[in-house]
Amino acid sequence: MPETSQLQGPVAGKPTVIEPASGWQALDLKELWKYRELLYFLTWRDVKVRYKQTALGALWAIIQPVLTMVVFSIIFGQLAKLPSEGVPYPIFTYTALLPWQLFAFSLSNSSNSLVGSQNLVSKVYFPRLLIPMASVLPGLVDFAISFVVLVGMMVFYQVPLTARALTLPLFLLLALITALGIGVWLSALNVEYRDIRYVVPFLTLFWQYATPVAYSSTLIPEKWRLLYGLNPMTGVVEGFRWALLGKGEVGGLLWISVVIMVVLLGSGLAYFRRMEATFADVI
Amino acid sequence: MNGIAIRAEHLSKKYHIGGQQAGYKTARESLMNLLSGSAGFLRRERLEQEIIWALDDVSFELRHGEAVGVIGRNGAGKSTLLKILSRITKPTMGRAEIFGRVGSLLEVGTGFHGELTGRENIFLSGAILGMHRAEIARKFDEIVSFAGVEKFLDTPIKFYSSGMYVRLAFAVAAYLEPDILLVDEVLAVGDIEFQKKCLRKMADLSAGQGRTVLLVSHQMPMIQRLATRCILLDRGRVSEEGTPETVITHYLNTGDETSTEWLFAEHDTEMKSAPSFILRRFALVDEQGRMLPRSIDVSSPAYVLIEGDVKQPDMRLNVGFNVVDGLGNPLMMSYHTDQPEASWPDLSTGKLKLMAQVDFSLFNEGEYKMEFICGLHTIKMFYAQGDSDIALTFEIPGNYHVSPYWVKRRDTLLSPLLEWKTVG
Repeated sequence: MPETSQLQGPVAGKPTVIEPASGWQALDLKELWKYRELLYFLTWRDVKVRYKQTALGALWAIIQPVLTMVVFSIIFGQLAKLPSEGVPYPIFTYTALLPWQLFAFSLSNSSNSLVGSQNLVSKVYFPRLLIPMASVLPGLVDFAISFVVLVGMMVFYQVPLTARALTLPLFLLLALITALGIGVWLSALNVEYRDIRYVVPFLTLFWQYATPVAYSSTLIPEKWRLLYGLNPMTGVVEGFRWALLGKGEVGGLLWISVVIMVVLLGSGLAYFRRMEATFADVI
Repeated sequence: MNGIAIRAEHLSKKYHIGGQQAGYKTARESLMNLLSGSAGFLRRERLEQEIIWALDDVSFELRHGEAVGVIGRNGAGKSTLLKILSRITKPTMGRAEIFGRVGSLLEVGTGFHGELTGRENIFLSGAILGMHRAEIARKFDEIVSFAGVEKFLDTPIKFYSSGMYVRLAFAVAAYLEPDILLVDEVLAVGDIEFQKKCLRKMADLSAGQGRTVLLVSHQMPMIQRLATRCILLDRGRVSEEGTPETVITHYLNTGDETSTEWLFAEHDTEMKSAPSFILRRFALVDEQGRMLPRSIDVSSPAYVLIEGDVKQPDMRLNVGFNVVDGLGNPLMMSYHTDQPEASWPDLSTGKLKLMAQVDFSLFNEGEYKMEFICGLHTIKMFYAQGDSDIALTFEIPGNYHVSPYWVKRRDTLLSPLLEWKTVG
């Protein structure tokens, strides 16, 4: 390239090369970092827009888990009398509902994110990965709001706060990255197969039953425990109860969750990067 | 000589157009495709025909500081080219190198969200177009004043008028200040004053600040004013490259329509379908219906003739024509339904022959193009203005001057010969 020395000012340097897509692409972390502000803006847009034009606004972030807790407490706590490891059933299930709802929301949000951003994908370039990433984060705002209720409940039920609570962010991260891993898979699949939007509600419903949200994992027979532990959300929910309520224990099963999470995210990213080149053509 | 800004080598882009228009499929279709392997080769044969090359071996170079216009008919590959250069989609073959920061404006208001305020949208849209937060904050006041939306900064933009929306959207993109700006047809919207302002801004970007502009437009005057060079695309290929004047004149005056008469040919399979009306003849004629020469004599009466078959009588059917000058400035448009309803010609059955007299003495000296337009009122256009492939060309010669004073071409769109009298 003889011209490069002739270039003026900011344009000197390596050119951007545009070439046909060639199979598997490496993750371009440098570029993602360059666009980090866009990640912030897209997240911020989702947060801003979500409760606009709703009469109750951010109250919904509280209403949803609280009402679910009430229903669960009546059906599973009162009627079915499921054991709750010695803590009052409402706080037992609410502690699990928070990470669960964060996960379920983030999962469905990111699965539909690419298709929902058609106009962006077909009109402007930026790393497409930002779209599912940005749709995982707004759930944290709801989480924070509904967490306030949890703090209130802990005071009410006189559950002591211990240093274990400091590990919460780790479990939160596990939930978010698992949601992202699946969200990345499903959002890319959704571009080509619109069946995905019908799959997601079922997926989250079944997944909730496979996660000890409404019941205690002590109900699961010992021989099934390992299989049960393959669900990263089991690790998250048990981690929450362990950190906040001091119940159960977090052990080797958690590492299985982490491995599963890494596999989900890694394969999701690889698939996403491979399909990325054709998004604008098929979306 | 400045360095290279864009170097495109053999860029090609293939699209499959399947039975259904949409690109996405359902899992069922994919499964069926897998299962029906036995019928596979039949399918493949059919699919072969549904491939189009939107870009076919396109190569060119742009230097820094150049403003290049890309013109061509619809489907010539202009937008595909911009999409590839702005990295929205990848080429099927070939390669391009881009030296410098690229800003692309393929749509007005990319990333705008109706629920957000003007202020919020400036930041959001700016970030989507690739600006940093600090950069947007620095240019914020300029963007706002360019768009003229100071009073509505904290109003959600869903309440903006379309003019305000477009102004704000362009302002954000204009202050992106990329080294290379790719613009697609976005200025077709907005009022004339604002279009001029945008043009000045783009001219300032290219000529004033030495930035590179690649502009796709149907508006030839805009290309002419802004571009230093022009590329004509035809069916995915570069068919001509040169100064805007030569390429535009060539583009408007060649093609299939080189005369004052257009006749329907049965074998013409590429014709778009207008189910309600089949055009048989579109021509400029004299009183007796004889085709006029390409060079129009403005002193004798001239008529536009539209002849064809009405297939489905429809109250909403509109036929007419429009005229653009050699640089693409729209001059006039006329429909058979312009008059009060009682005096509309009857289009209800079978064969139809319409004539309308046109006063060519209003026209200035120059080259003109007359397009056939036809559509169902408020429903759809079969042949739309600027997008009709049925067109005539004619010329108003410069030798009809009757005044001893005024013999040069007037630098105006029209040049009517009016009768001046003293009164009172």
